[in-house]
Amino acid sequence: MGKTLAEKILSLKSHGEAKAGDVVIADVDLAFVQDTTGPLTIRQFKESGFEALAEPQQTIIFLDHAAPSPEQQLSNDHILLRRFAEETGCRIYEVGEGICHQLVAENFANPGDIIVGADSHTVTAGALGAFATGMGSSDVAVALALGKTWFRVPESFLIELNGVFPRGVYAKDLVLYLIGQIGADGANYKALEFGGEALARITMSQRLTIANMAVEAGAKVGLFPGDKITQDFLIEHGRGDNYKPLYPDDEANYEQVIPVNLGQLEPMLSLPHAVDNVHPVTQVKGVKIQQAFIGTCTNGRLEDLAVAAEILKGKKRHPGTRLLIAPASRQVLIRAMDKGYIRNLLEAGAAILPPGCAACLGLHQGVLGDGEVCLSTANRNFKGRMGNPEAMIYLASPATAAASAIRGEITAPREIM
Amino acid sequence: MPDLVLKGKAIKLGDNISTDDIIPGRFAHLRSNLPELAKHVLEDTVPGFASRVKSGDFLVAGKNLGLGSSREHAPVVIKMSGVGAILAKSAARIFFRNAINQGLPVLLCDTDKIGDGDELEVNLTGGMIANLTSGVALRCSKMPPIMSAILKEGGLIPYIQKHKDFKL
Repeated sequence: MGKTLAEKILSLKSHGEAKAGDVVIADVDLAFVQDTTGPLTIRQFKESGFEALAEPQQTIIFLDHAAPSPEQQLSNDHILLRRFAEETGCRIYEVGEGICHQLVAENFANPGDIIVGADSHTVTAGALGAFATGMGSSDVAVALALGKTWFRVPESFLIELNGVFPRGVYAKDLVLYLIGQIGADGANYKALEFGGEALARITMSQRLTIANMAVEAGAKVGLFPGDKITQDFLIEHGRGDNYKPLYPDDEANYEQVIPVNLGQLEPMLSLPHAVDNVHPVTQVKGVKIQQAFIGTCTNGRLEDLAVAAEILKGKKRHPGTRLLIAPASRQVLIRAMDKGYIRNLLEAGAAILPPGCAACLGLHQGVLGDGEVCLSTANRNFKGRMGNPEAMIYLASPATAAASAIRGEITAPREIM
Repeated sequence: MPDLVLKGKAIKLGDNISTDDIIPGRFAHLRSNLPELAKHVLEDTVPGFASRVKSGDFLVAGKNLGLGSSREHAPVVIKMSGVGAILAKSAARIFFRNAINQGLPVLLCDTDKIGDGDELEVNLTGGMIANLTSGVALRCSKMPPIMSAILKEGGLIPYIQKHKDFKL
């Protein structure tokens, strides 16, 4: 019997034969928290009686969700997190350095690693072939101390990608389409594994967008193989030595195979208030928007800003639409400045926010008003997500967000490009 | 350690109740002040929930309960509200694990057979639910033995304090 990617990694890290349905104890290569889940993690860690981390250099605190802090209580949580870093010697990424998942991709994740984070979008690092999954504060607290955790080995769905994206269609449209097909719980407890001849053309930036949203179909991980694109990304980020090829076995057993012809996709949207409420943009166009938000761990990378800058260059946002841009990391912001994207975006009327989660989760930097509509490149549109249960959130690609910011209403990118 | 047999009333919710519904992100500044945070449990979805729930009541949901964010504060505030156990058709994986880690039982069963306000008797050991209002008996699906063991100790932290490690 061949192995899926999930079975391969969990076999290696549990030092045995891991088959779908088994429960295993596996080594954890990297564990992290962010500023809204970290304080509870620290309290659970201390209550357990732990004092030392298993691997301080492989333990990270990210200050990204409320950064800079908008409230006293959150500032005090940041103090607690900084003190813990001093006491234990773990790494800490300060306000303005970027979103945890982007920084994990840039600096830490490798094919075959096991990564646990106290954040559901930890799945993002599956783009690099890491078995990366979100957990709660207690589970991460124990993983920090023991350097291991337990997993039920998931069954896998193979998403077989073929063809080429049409103009104006991007990875975000693909992943929204998939979530619409699978449903918000269709892959609950499962692994999504991506394959097919199109993989050779799917960039690391696009893979990160796709893996990021695996959890929106309920999945435990969204796994890409470790291939030439993974190797090139690791070399670019100074850790080419960490590359190892990682592919599923030919005879691997998949619970489902879902083929997708990229050439037949069109720009997609998630409508309020569910991520799996997915429709083509052409069916929804004309809805007025008061805010367009480009950024987040889903779509705040250099390629995303390049697409937005290209569409917005020499144009202006609609006077009735605010345009918020939050680069996913400091490195992304610096490169976007060097390439002139930030100037294009500013001249189009954008507000540039510091690298971090920004408006995504309703804490600061773009909380919506009553009855307002936001077109966001984030991964969630649950009621209340952006700080106001009376607001409406639509999810789309950076291209659709940029085109819609110009018109002041939901617009397919091809109408502007 | 949770009681083996629990009795209480059902408070019925629908499908796809997210962790943002249970405790919205806009209250993140209260996450180090759990008693204050708990006052806002489910307030956008079930207005008046915190004042309606009685100690020992059951939260009875449809499918995919707890989808979304990994915030463990969601099961924490449900437990603090007095809920004795959660019953659902299905639960999102992080929420399921978090609830068990907090010592809050989650039983998966056909919750269509439970109405709002029904009196229930839940046998945690046997995984059986008796709906005393309708007379219907429901069987719950089994959880992996490691989760049963964690629940039996009252959550992950007491489990680890006792065993110092995971035991399969």
